[in-house]
Amino acid sequence: MTERGAPTPERTRFAQWLRPGSNPRRELLAALIALLVVIAFGSLMMLAAGKAPGHVWSLMVTRTLGDPYLLGQVLYKATGVTLTGLAVALALDAGLFNIGAEGQVTAGVLACAVVGVTLPAGTPAVIAIPLCLLAAAAAGGAVGAAIGVLRVTRGAHEVITSIVLNSIVVGVALWIGNEWLFRGGTTTGGKIAPGAMLPQLGFGGSAVNASLVIAMLAVAAVWWLRNRTTWGQAWRAVGQDPSAARSVGISVGRVQILVMTGSGALAGIAAANFVMGHKHAFEEGLGRGTGLLGIAAALLGRMHPIGVAIAALVLGFLSSGGLAVADVVPKELTEMLLGVVVLAVAAAGPWVRRREALT
Amino acid sequence: MIEATLTKRFGVREVLSAARISVSAGTVHALVGENGAGKSTLVKIIAGVLHADAGTLAIGGTTVDVARWDRIRARAAGIGIVQQHGASAGTLSVVENAVLGVEGGPILGLAATAEALKKLGDQVGLPIDPWAEAGELSVGAAQRAEIVAALHLGAKLLILDEPTAVLAPVEVDGLLATLRKLAATGTTIVIVTHKLDEVRAVADDVTVLRAGATVATFDLREARDGSHVDVAAIARAMVGADLPAPAQVAEPAADAKVVLAAKRVSIGGLHDASLEVRAGEIVGVAGVDGNGQRELALAIVGLISGMRGTIQLGGRDVTRSSPAARLSAGLAHIPEDRHHGGLLLDATIADNLALGRADITGRWRIDRERVQSNARDRIAELDVRPADPHAIVRALSGGNQQKVVVGRELSRPALTAVVASQPTRGVDLGAVARIHDQLRAAALRGAGVLVISADLDELLALCHRVVVLLRGKIVGERAGAALRSADARAALGTLMTGATDVEVRA
Repeated sequence: MTERGAPTPERTRFAQWLRPGSNPRRELLAALIALLVVIAFGSLMMLAAGKAPGHVWSLMVTRTLGDPYLLGQVLYKATGVTLTGLAVALALDAGLFNIGAEGQVTAGVLACAVVGVTLPAGTPAVIAIPLCLLAAAAAGGAVGAAIGVLRVTRGAHEVITSIVLNSIVVGVALWIGNEWLFRGGTTTGGKIAPGAMLPQLGFGGSAVNASLVIAMLAVAAVWWLRNRTTWGQAWRAVGQDPSAARSVGISVGRVQILVMTGSGALAGIAAANFVMGHKHAFEEGLGRGTGLLGIAAALLGRMHPIGVAIAALVLGFLSSGGLAVADVVPKELTEMLLGVVVLAVAAAGPWVRRREALT
Repeated sequence: MIEATLTKRFGVREVLSAARISVSAGTVHALVGENGAGKSTLVKIIAGVLHADAGTLAIGGTTVDVARWDRIRARAAGIGIVQQHGASAGTLSVVENAVLGVEGGPILGLAATAEALKKLGDQVGLPIDPWAEAGELSVGAAQRAEIVAALHLGAKLLILDEPTAVLAPVEVDGLLATLRKLAATGTTIVIVTHKLDEVRAVADDVTVLRAGATVATFDLREARDGSHVDVAAIARAMVGADLPAPAQVAEPAADAKVVLAAKRVSIGGLHDASLEVRAGEIVGVAGVDGNGQRELALAIVGLISGMRGTIQLGGRDVTRSSPAARLSAGLAHIPEDRHHGGLLLDATIADNLALGRADITGRWRIDRERVQSNARDRIAELDVRPADPHAIVRALSGGNQQKVVVGRELSRPALTAVVASQPTRGVDLGAVARIHDQLRAAALRGAGVLVISADLDELLALCHRVVVLLRGKIVGERAGAALRSADARAALGTLMTGATDVEVRA
């Protein structure tokens, strides 16, 4: 029984417990504790599989870091996860839990590939690259905006809508691929214009490419917007306390829609890594899993842009390292650890904060 | 029936200081007092919802151990309570709520209980539908259901915590009649209220709480028939007419322009309210919480939708303007709850002082130097402690947090009008003085200041004029000499509580 016309009760509590507190050192501690939990859990699993954890871990480190190709794969993975991690972190910073980065990546991959294929073969890079990036950002941003608009105007919870949109987007992408893009019986579309391709960075022929630079620029841009501009001030205010933001004249709904659009655009740009930097074509399932890993990166990185980038490297290492030791332990084990990261960090954050409050 | 002397602390604050209440069996006992006087706390302890820190409690002549007194023991002793905000699980039916937590075994005998509830309800004049979903009921019906459920559990003492706050007038009359009937059949009733017309209509005895202590008791039994109830005496006891006279405030110029006007504003609990504030004038809105104060403040700032009427700021109609437009046109807003709407608790003092203040931060890129220097200025001006712009606001005391809100809002450039809701609620005395000084200074600089407060002492100390809001309407006003006179407090108190037999219109 709320009285007519009164502001509706804010529903950011759900995202609130995931949000980091005000003390950066405490948040770093939470991330480290979470990593220790992950290592401990992984070690237990290795013991259960009959392997010596110390041996497996050191094998994972030496093989991955010792092999330029595997190291490159870590960076390739981290590039995409950094961008989706930034997307999730940006939204959480504004009190919204965007778990739709998965669908936004797919939308970006599709749009990026379609524009890349459509461009004439002779299009110079200075035109082709920005156009493809723009298409990817616009497609991801549109999906994000839809979530934001539904939340603000209809009160639909963003977690529900983004889950639903994930499957819709993946379905639509597959349908479009089947209908128009895939070549005779395959699940791969045509090659994009050469001008839209991003150069590889070597590393023993691994997939890491120049979109790593785009990801680093995105980290810097989000950091600057967040800490140095009135926009960042507004979105963090909305995340911390929507009613306080409203009472000082911030239009909460507009900020939420803009942030969800920006979040979707960041996830969409991850397509650069997959389409422009690696496969050079639309492929079924391309970029899959990056959105979900982005959630882990955002949480482990404690929503801080630089933290997200570091967390993306850690997750990329776990993911590629798992493959490197697949002959010793099943790769499902390390895949499972990526899930444990989310649980561990979600528990460690509030725990560290509560302990601080008690002492 | 009940003899209690109870002390209760929340943290370091003592909300009950050996508060006494003595209730005779088969009577209707009214417990009255201002907001924060400790009424709810006292009845919750008796009902076993809260624990007392010290004191004695005797139920029906048997002394009980207050340290071990809880809801289960209280229920066994026949004490039922209908709490202020209801305590029903919304998705369960009335009958399921009635047996919730009291059924003997795992198998529910709902049909028989439903039948019994319905019969009991009809018998006492509180008709209910036992199978209705509790969350779907109107507040009046939900309350009836809770009362019947309490009686069904064998309540010999029924405690009602502000039962009429949520009811329409016609429902209030019905409830009061039922309470009289219940008392006549032997049930003892304790009703918490601050509306004196209800007290007069229903109570045999009255206990008045003020600041956690019992300050007066009245026996209305003989008086009720001849309606010689001295309502004014109860009002005086509630608001404490024995306090020293407030300080004088410089009057605004006679030709001062109206800078803030609300015209025939209706929204939610506010009905057709109009008021004007002139430049340099401090106007108080007195009233018990929940009589439309919240809606009035939100309507002026533009934080509420679906409003009828107009709001003028500096002579301009801003009814359709966004909150941001109103704030940049020189409106300052001190919200009623600094923890929900006033501050970002996990941000620094400096960031909170610059929140939404484009004149400090710059439009786009934040001018960090100005944010810091602004923070240092405000901290010095208001004596915020700690005097560290980087301190996190959550760690500050309530008074210092409120200083941050006041500092941000009253330092707005070209201040035209101020809406301050409960500006010193839960704030220590030192901070109260600082905040009052700032509000006076804003008026001296030519702003029109509207102070909405449940604390009459605060309004008398600050205001040139005080209007009283009751059930969403402005029911009276006092200004000038009439406000300074010795009986102003009692007169306003009477208006606030809705007792109409005292003529106070100035």
